[in-house]
Amino acid sequence: MIIKVLGPGCANCRNLEKATRQALADLGLDATLEKVTDYPTIAGYGVMSTPALVVDDKVLLSGRVPKAEEVRTLLATAAA
Amino acid sequence: MSVAAHLPVTRRGRVLRGVAAGAVWLLAYQLNEHLWDWLLFDALGLDPASRLGQSIHFFLYDTVKIGLLLVLVIFAVTFLRSYMSVERTRSLLGGRREGVGNVLAAGLGVVTPFCSCSAVPAFIGFVAAGVPLGVTLSFLIASPMVNEIAIGLLLTLFGWKVTAVYIGAGLLVAITAGWVVGRLRLERWVEPFVFETRLHGEVVDPAAGLTFEDRVSLSAAEVGIVLRRIWPYLLAGIGVGALIHGWIPTDFFTTYAGPGSAFGVLVAVVVAVPLYSNAAGVMPMVQALYDKGLPMGTLLAFMMAVVALSLPELILLRRVLKPPLLAVFVGVVAAGIVAVGYLFNALLAG
Repeated sequence: MIIKVLGPGCANCRNLEKATRQALADLGLDATLEKVTDYPTIAGYGVMSTPALVVDDKVLLSGRVPKAEEVRTLLATAAA
Repeated sequence: MSVAAHLPVTRRGRVLRGVAAGAVWLLAYQLNEHLWDWLLFDALGLDPASRLGQSIHFFLYDTVKIGLLLVLVIFAVTFLRSYMSVERTRSLLGGRREGVGNVLAAGLGVVTPFCSCSAVPAFIGFVAAGVPLGVTLSFLIASPMVNEIAIGLLLTLFGWKVTAVYIGAGLLVAITAGWVVGRLRLERWVEPFVFETRLHGEVVDPAAGLTFEDRVSLSAAEVGIVLRRIWPYLLAGIGVGALIHGWIPTDFFTTYAGPGSAFGVLVAVVVAVPLYSNAAGVMPMVQALYDKGLPMGTLLAFMMAVVALSLPELILLRRVLKPPLLAVFVGVVAAGIVAVGYLFNALLAG
């Protein structure tokens, strides 16, 4: 699973990255986590509100920082 | 609030918790002034007429009052805005012609939840959906200017009439400036990558699929996030305001920068741009300045310039607008703000 956290580096983006790392640790999943800060790439995903969570090139969430449980659910579903 | 934590998570439980929160808020708000009056002047024996007494009272009273009102406004605005998203705004604006598009974009800028860190991807997304450059700019001017912190503070410090004037003026500047820049046909000075970015994702709308519980919890979270981000600026602003309140003589500014002053508004706007501040830091100061005689038009211009032409904002826009276009943008918006400032000084004085 290739996970990307899209965002230029504001507090929200860092929080999403933290929540995602936490969720990965909780689920014990093996995945690479990449931070994408390059604007053209972010926009290329069709994302207009950062931060956004992309798993295997599919945008799962954008525009807000979800609670840790929600990230876990999203990742668990994606891994299945 | 352990009592609230024990209430069942049912509909009735939720309503009770909401009512309890509201009651606590109201109580705190009403008791605020009396608390400080008693503590400072009765219990500690400070002289209410002294500069020190005035300043400290102002600082404490204002901090609590502003804090409480910000909590309310941020919660309410975030909750209402959760029904909108940049994605929905884009579909509403795509392909619209200018004029109507500018008005719509400015209005949507007010109600759409928007973080300025998303300005660049949003810009690209708008352009890709066929939203004209000028219309996109109207959105990008209105959105930071009419933010919930500004609204909350204005309501607290000046009441709803001034708040309405600010929103109206902000919309006017956003619509006009966006329209003017659009008509100048300066697309050649937009960074090329904006037009070249190929969108290959599906649009994920953050506003879709949220339950009432989701909205309440994200609104509550936003209150925490915003307050944690702005509290240093807020305290600094209130601090400076307290000093002004206590130490600068009344009507000081009427002599030097009153409504008849030719340069007052211009100076205010020029000072505002490099001010690395935001609405939270500036508005408490503004209230104190107003009490000392600075006219409301000048202050409105100052506040608008601080949020619409802030240096961080412009640095961000530089990513998508080449220097000539950025310069035109700043010039037109600044001109609009200055015009609004003079207009209101004239209206209020006459």
